[in-house]
Amino acid sequence: MSGSLVHNLVRRLAYAFISIVGVAALVFVLLRMVPGNPVATLLGEHADNETVERISSSLGLDQPLPVQFANYVLGALHGDFGESYTLGKPVSELIGPAFLNTLWLAIAAALVAWVVGIACGLLAAIRKGTVVDRLFMGFSLLGVSLPVFMVAMLLQYLFARYLHWLPVAGITDWTGYILPAIALGWGSAGSIARLVRSSVIEVLQQDYIDTARAKGRTNTQVLVLHALRNAMLPVITLMAMQFSGLLSGAVITETIFSINGIGRLSVQAIAGRDIPLLQGTTLLCTFVIVMGNLVADLLYNVCDPRVRKGA
Amino acid sequence: MDPSQNANVTSVVEGELSLASATTSFEEPASVLRRLATDHKVAIVSTVVIVLFVLGAVFAPVLTPYQYDAINLSNRLAPPSLEHLFGTDEGGRDVLTRMLYGSRVSLVIGIVPTLLSVVLGTLIGMVAGYYGGKVDTAIMRVADIVMSFPTMLLAMVVMYTLGGGTTNVFLTMVLVGWSGVARVVRAETLKLKESEYVEAARIIGVRRARIILRHILPNCLPTIIVLFTLDIPSSILTESSLSFLGMGVQPPSASWGLMVSTGREFLYYAPWLCFAPCLAIMAIVLAFNYLGDGLRDVLDPHLQSQ
Repeated sequence: MSGSLVHNLVRRLAYAFISIVGVAALVFVLLRMVPGNPVATLLGEHADNETVERISSSLGLDQPLPVQFANYVLGALHGDFGESYTLGKPVSELIGPAFLNTLWLAIAAALVAWVVGIACGLLAAIRKGTVVDRLFMGFSLLGVSLPVFMVAMLLQYLFARYLHWLPVAGITDWTGYILPAIALGWGSAGSIARLVRSSVIEVLQQDYIDTARAKGRTNTQVLVLHALRNAMLPVITLMAMQFSGLLSGAVITETIFSINGIGRLSVQAIAGRDIPLLQGTTLLCTFVIVMGNLVADLLYNVCDPRVRKGA
Repeated sequence: MDPSQNANVTSVVEGELSLASATTSFEEPASVLRRLATDHKVAIVSTVVIVLFVLGAVFAPVLTPYQYDAINLSNRLAPPSLEHLFGTDEGGRDVLTRMLYGSRVSLVIGIVPTLLSVVLGTLIGMVAGYYGGKVDTAIMRVADIVMSFPTMLLAMVVMYTLGGGTTNVFLTMVLVGWSGVARVVRAETLKLKESEYVEAARIIGVRRARIILRHILPNCLPTIIVLFTLDIPSSILTESSLSFLGMGVQPPSASWGLMVSTGREFLYYAPWLCFAPCLAIMAIVLAFNYLGDGLRDVLDPHLQSQ
């Protein structure tokens, strides 16, 4: 039994590794398909050929593509992602602090998403078919349907510019996270609420709920001890996957609220045609997503005894 | 028995088989509409909204007296009025006109790449599910890689490589979009593969390609239609986000995301520049989501809402 669990874990880790290397290779090739020598572009039109060649070879850009890729992967395994073309620092030194900023933002957004999402979904499920249900589900669908930039600008306009309650942009203290967290978290809250609702409604129709009621459990006890506990299984999976999504999908929120995170760094890298930096940020985000999916899988295994004992 | 006669028997039996499978899970469009109208009135309203948007996009030149790129510097950033219902932008262009023309871009990018990735994903998913084994493993590994890609970043990398512009937005979205569809269709195919009528078709010697296209595909259709409807709004959102970041549709073309992006500079002086296209995006995305939800409840109640 435990042997198959370990076997399962090893297999999943191997798949995760393949995914990460696959993405790295894809990005590597894509970024090198750009016509023209990046060094020539960076140095400008006044640089002579000799300089361009010298710098290209010092960056290893004159070697064949597979060799370059192998070197890159070997370096990345040691935490060396090359040096940024535009900011003159090692990429690892740049993405570290940026990732920390994104992490705080993601945690704040996840808090919004989980608290609002679970509460709305649960209330909607209990009051299924009533006005409350429609209201909360409408609110959730709106969260899923609104473009992030719209919510972000609306919040900025209303609470920062018009009411002066919160900072417009930038992070000086925790209040700076409130608006970005809502903008980023509303969409996830919407999908969590929808899943919680359908999952709770399904669980409430099961026989063991009737059994629990027959044993004399109160409505609240039935809901919390039996229904919610079982209904949370698919929700936990979604939450884990969403968290990694929040960590890598904050490009627009970070841009609008001027937060120096991974997303904003990627936009800067693209604007400056900074290939090592862009490679570093995409690789980091891929790593986060793959790990998020892995954790989601494992949580599912741990939480559901049927899955644990089964396959 | 004469081989040609044998083939004939096969086709007759097969016809009955597919008829049997068709009646169990497939519904007439009219009955789907009727059920939507009774249980999901919002879905009907959404359909009307979508049709209105499509009509607006098609008949844009007839509906508005202005040119979408006619610059009039004496009338810059004019607030909404009777002449210009949604005001004018920084070049004095009529915002409503630009939105009508922009809806062409946003709708085409919402629908066409989604259709392509649904078709591609369906074919790949059915092949993976039906053939199983190494083919399945290989396809699903590739799908895993695509799905572990941070979508916005992949889109940004592709746009960086190929440059902005409508065609490249198209390519990016198909590149990313097929994997989710393939996954769902594969699961569905695995289930259908074990069903009795597919088994029966296999026993009477129907070719594999034919089984996939005649017996599995029609039974996957309800799921595929729902996926398609629910994928359109996310494509519209992706396009608008890319254009908002300046990596999607390029000026002078008008797209809603691009209009928001340029309007952002004037957010505090002329908020209508941003919020008018935002409202359009919201309306069309909500409409497709409500329609998709309704279709899912009617066609395919087992598909989870996510």
